[in-house]
Amino acid sequence: MSGSYDRALTVFSPDGHLFQVEYASEAVRRGTCAVGVRGKDVVVLGVEKKSVLQLQDPRTVRKVVMLDDHICLAFAGLTADGRVLIDRARVECQSHRLTVEDPVTVEYITRHIATIQQKYTQSGGVRPFGIATLIVGFDPHDTKPKLYQTEPGGIYSEWKANAIGRSSKTVREFLEKNHKDDLSRDDAIKLTVKSLLEVVQTGAKNIEISVMESYGKITSLELSQIEAIVQEIEREKEAEAERKRSRLAATAANQAAMTQRVDPPTQ
Amino acid sequence: MEVSFGITGKGYVLVAADTTAAHSVIKVKNDVDKIIELNPHLLMAYSGEPGDTVQFAEYVERNIRLYQIRNSLPLRPPSAASWVRKTLAQSLRSRSPYSVNLLLGGYDTSDYTPHLYWLDYLGTLVEVPFAAHGYGSYFALSLLDRYHDPEASLEEGIETLKRCIAEISKRLVVSPERFKVKVVDKDGVREIEL
Repeated sequence: MSGSYDRALTVFSPDGHLFQVEYASEAVRRGTCAVGVRGKDVVVLGVEKKSVLQLQDPRTVRKVVMLDDHICLAFAGLTADGRVLIDRARVECQSHRLTVEDPVTVEYITRHIATIQQKYTQSGGVRPFGIATLIVGFDPHDTKPKLYQTEPGGIYSEWKANAIGRSSKTVREFLEKNHKDDLSRDDAIKLTVKSLLEVVQTGAKNIEISVMESYGKITSLELSQIEAIVQEIEREKEAEAERKRSRLAATAANQAAMTQRVDPPTQ
Repeated sequence: MEVSFGITGKGYVLVAADTTAAHSVIKVKNDVDKIIELNPHLLMAYSGEPGDTVQFAEYVERNIRLYQIRNSLPLRPPSAASWVRKTLAQSLRSRSPYSVNLLLGGYDTSDYTPHLYWLDYLGTLVEVPFAAHGYGSYFALSLLDRYHDPEASLEEGIETLKRCIAEISKRLVVSPERFKVKVVDKDGVREIEL
């Protein structure tokens, strides 16, 4: 080692862990929650957004961003790290179009992002990115929606529905119970909002929903639309609770009647 | 013998370019599109060293697109022209400069004005009411001096354009047989059949 020092930060612990990578995952767990749900021909991204301060411009705080015409990304973790990684991905999207005259596939850009994340766990003098990402979109000449996830260590995987960030485990378990294949547009949006409501107590005003319906067709839902969906979900929950209550009351009444009948007459 | 020219009018820019691909004295193709659409309200006609032209035009196209994705807003024509000029000027001072001459036409959707820029491979940039590159410019410019009207309707603009093309066909020794014409206005870029 003459002339140069060992600059590695991410080194193995004696029991085979990379603590820096695990700390990065912890930063993700403390970040705001993001959910992705794939439907039949639609894919929905939902994020929990922190309340904007009174004097802040809400347009400058974005957790769902476009990488290219046909690809969207949501992240959980350190926003500053996200910004840098997103910019690298956007440049790659255009660079890919320039070199091969084709837009990137969702898998390609996911792998590219994951590769950058991995490099930052094995190079000298750098720390890992403190973010996990959900990447959604459509491949060129394909109608099938795609949903991928990347993690700070550089792992990437494809999903039907998934969540990252704060309480992601609760949300994922909820999705595992309630996700069905071939969801319609409205059902996919509803499932996304419903799963986010598991962890977002403050309701519609802290939820942001982006819907991608086909190649290059992305819409962000208005607050009023999200509020309507939240109200509908609450009505359903209320009705469900009401049914449960009346069923309980009915069984209680039945039991009471039974006990009355078997009671021997007094006298 | 490449020819391209542009005319501004009331709320639009017309850009025309020949469609021949020449190799030495041979015409290889006569349906080449030398006007690239950089974004919905911006187009660029290119001429010069074959190879350099397409390479440079596509490089510009991708960078303009990247700007739009990064900022969720398209680059306005004056800024786009400045950026292209900067890129050409840097290229001129590099080991392998691009030999490309350009006409940049755009419609600014924020203040509803048409813009036309003349750029050459030396990194010259001027905003002009009408412009031309190539041998055709010697005929087109004098005609446009006489007939250009910044308040002309699209129909009148097309008529002036036809005059220019007719003059070039008549006087230029090896004149291009076909032209591709595109217009950019408030509705975006579209092609016009003459």
